[in-house]
Amino acid sequence: MTSTTPLAGSAPASPEAAHGHANHNLTGFIIFLCSESVIFLAFFSGYAILRTSALDWLPPGVEGLEWRTPLVNTAVLISSSGTMVLAEQFKAREKLWLFRGFWLLTMAMGGYFLVGQAVEWSGLAFGFSSGTFGGTFYLLTGFHGLHVATGILLMAIMLVKSFIPGNYTGGEQGVQATSLFWHFVDVIWIILFLLLYVWR
Amino acid sequence: MTIATFPPEPPPPPSWTRYLGFSTDAKVIGIQYIVTAFFFFLIGGLLAMVIRGELITPAADLVDRSVYNGIYTMHGTIMLFLFIFPVLNGLNNLLIPTMIGAPDMAFPRLNTAAFWLVPVFGTLLIASFFVPGGPATAGWWSYPPVSIQNPLGHLINGESMWILAVALSGISSIMGAVNFVTTILRMRAPGMGFFRMPVFCWTALAAQSLQLIGLPALTGGAVMLLMDLSFGTSFYRPEGGGDPVLYQHFFWFYSHPAVYVIILPVFGIFSELFPVYSRKPLFGYVYVAVASFIIVGLGLIVWVHHFFSSGVPQWMRDLFMATTMLIAVPTGVKVFAWLGTLWGGKLRLTTPMLFCIGGLVNFVFAGITGVMLATVPIDIHVSNTYFVVGHFHYVIYGAAVMGIFAAVYHWFPKFTGRMPYEGLGKLHCLLTFVGANLNFLPMHPLGLMGMPRRVSSYDPEFAFWNVIASLGAFLLGVSIIPFLLNMLSSWIRGPRATHNPWDAIGLEWLLPSPPPEDNFGEEVPTVISRPYGYGSGEPLVEHQAEIERRLQLQEAAA
Repeated sequence: MTSTTPLAGSAPASPEAAHGHANHNLTGFIIFLCSESVIFLAFFSGYAILRTSALDWLPPGVEGLEWRTPLVNTAVLISSSGTMVLAEQFKAREKLWLFRGFWLLTMAMGGYFLVGQAVEWSGLAFGFSSGTFGGTFYLLTGFHGLHVATGILLMAIMLVKSFIPGNYTGGEQGVQATSLFWHFVDVIWIILFLLLYVWR
Repeated sequence: MTIATFPPEPPPPPSWTRYLGFSTDAKVIGIQYIVTAFFFFLIGGLLAMVIRGELITPAADLVDRSVYNGIYTMHGTIMLFLFIFPVLNGLNNLLIPTMIGAPDMAFPRLNTAAFWLVPVFGTLLIASFFVPGGPATAGWWSYPPVSIQNPLGHLINGESMWILAVALSGISSIMGAVNFVTTILRMRAPGMGFFRMPVFCWTALAAQSLQLIGLPALTGGAVMLLMDLSFGTSFYRPEGGGDPVLYQHFFWFYSHPAVYVIILPVFGIFSELFPVYSRKPLFGYVYVAVASFIIVGLGLIVWVHHFFSSGVPQWMRDLFMATTMLIAVPTGVKVFAWLGTLWGGKLRLTTPMLFCIGGLVNFVFAGITGVMLATVPIDIHVSNTYFVVGHFHYVIYGAAVMGIFAAVYHWFPKFTGRMPYEGLGKLHCLLTFVGANLNFLPMHPLGLMGMPRRVSSYDPEFAFWNVIASLGAFLLGVSIIPFLLNMLSSWIRGPRATHNPWDAIGLEWLLPSPPPEDNFGEEVPTVISRPYGYGSGEPLVEHQAEIERRLQLQEAAA
């Protein structure tokens, strides 16, 4: 792993280069996720502080958020965690095509959520600069949406990798990491849904 | 484990050009970090000279007032984000793998990327001097509403470039932190449990955990600041329902722990060096190690003490005053452990040791003014005065930078294979200690007299102490000359270093100087005892005598 400088060729061949050292990707990724969750925590606490201290939380002419369509979106996103678990179980049983099928379904459900989010955004009567209400709404949903898009991209990469023969001894940690990321994005959305739509 | 015979001819020394490219070797990256950091240290130092030049007379006569605002803002930003953090990451890169017996970091390519972000955001920050309106002028903390003014209306302005640079610095630091933590958790030598790990690794683990927890909060806060500045939101604008104090929470939730990110590795350096140069085991090793994590826990719940005067409720002031004072306890544990180590030891007053002792003296002074500042009535009296400036310069320059210099002199032979010159080193140490105290001590009476920070002109009654402080600053400027001379000349033509010139105990001293690219390679020794076994005669690793004899033979052959 470390041998990239021209010097390495002149050194006596070390067996270390052949088998490399243990793969720590999953450990690193979990550490990163813990750290990433703090950004959301910062945004959540900022939202809560601004909202509880506001004199007029809603900008003039805005009644509040419509919650029915987002509820459907939420249901789709949360169930996509389930289809992902199924996909992983098929992979464990080495039924690769069923894995790919459910993996693709998960991606589609994530895509549905993103489209639903875009439709909701386009129909709103307030903008990014409509006070702290508009600002926090777009910031929170936008930042979360960015994570959903990243999750779909990661899934796409793992899907492509599954077609490389013999890769699923090495692709294992990538699939695990992507799935962790996706569950993380789901949990964040549940908190967001409670904060934005349920909190009255 | 069997010991293979070493190759009859050592490989030729690698070319120095590897320091200019995208190397993935942690030892190359470490030196890249340190050299880059000292380059920015010179720029930040030059700005400090301008500040002290301006303040040597009461009138604003050297630079324009608005230019002065940009200069102190950039001085603080450069020194923290482009000097201290990179130089510490450089030490982490050099020391963590060699101290725990790992061949490299866990993610070598991530390591390369994290380093190369430093010159990128460094250039971005320096470039902000040349945009219309000049660099950011809101101080290194960038508080709104000052920081969200954009009078010229350009999308690209000093402040937005500042935010972008700080965000990139955050990304680089998170990449580094993920790497360091994973490496320490997963790649230790056989037999090296957590309580056989050198204290430097404990403190690095603690400091990098703080980065992971704290830094995202600043990034979140900075994103909202950029939105307010450039896209018309009002998170921090009172006229739109926002709250400027919210930014102060975000900023200090990270930036107070950032002080521990800086000082914890320096505690690690003290804990490594005092035993070497006192020939005694570290007093209370377990307590020193564990205290690092108590500091992490407490360090995360003290941030409000930075803005007691910003209209926070009284219960918050009381609570954060208490937590801040509590943090003196684990810190005191460490200070007394170092004193216990020195007590009755056979002291060797080498350059690194002198830097450590000077750093410790300054740190104790800074700790005392720190407890003073934690007290709400005193804090409100001296808030935003030179007392605060004096306090944190004692921490950052007096203690942390002196500790970093100690580390540079101590591990220089290991990673360059050359000995630094003692005479120049001691001169550097003397100038630094005298200069720092002349510079920063007068700031305390100035603060108590009421001189505010961040002003370019002041009442003539403050002139006496300011002249002394400026003379101290110029002395500090001069102190860099013997340092640079020493580093350059000893690296090029200094006497060759043996594998263990200081008679130190530690895995890194069982490697040749400089170590080969993969450190121990396949022959990682098994650790069989606690670190710092000075005077006990107990070996640190299995087959230690054999490993050392082999290194001596290798040196005799060269």
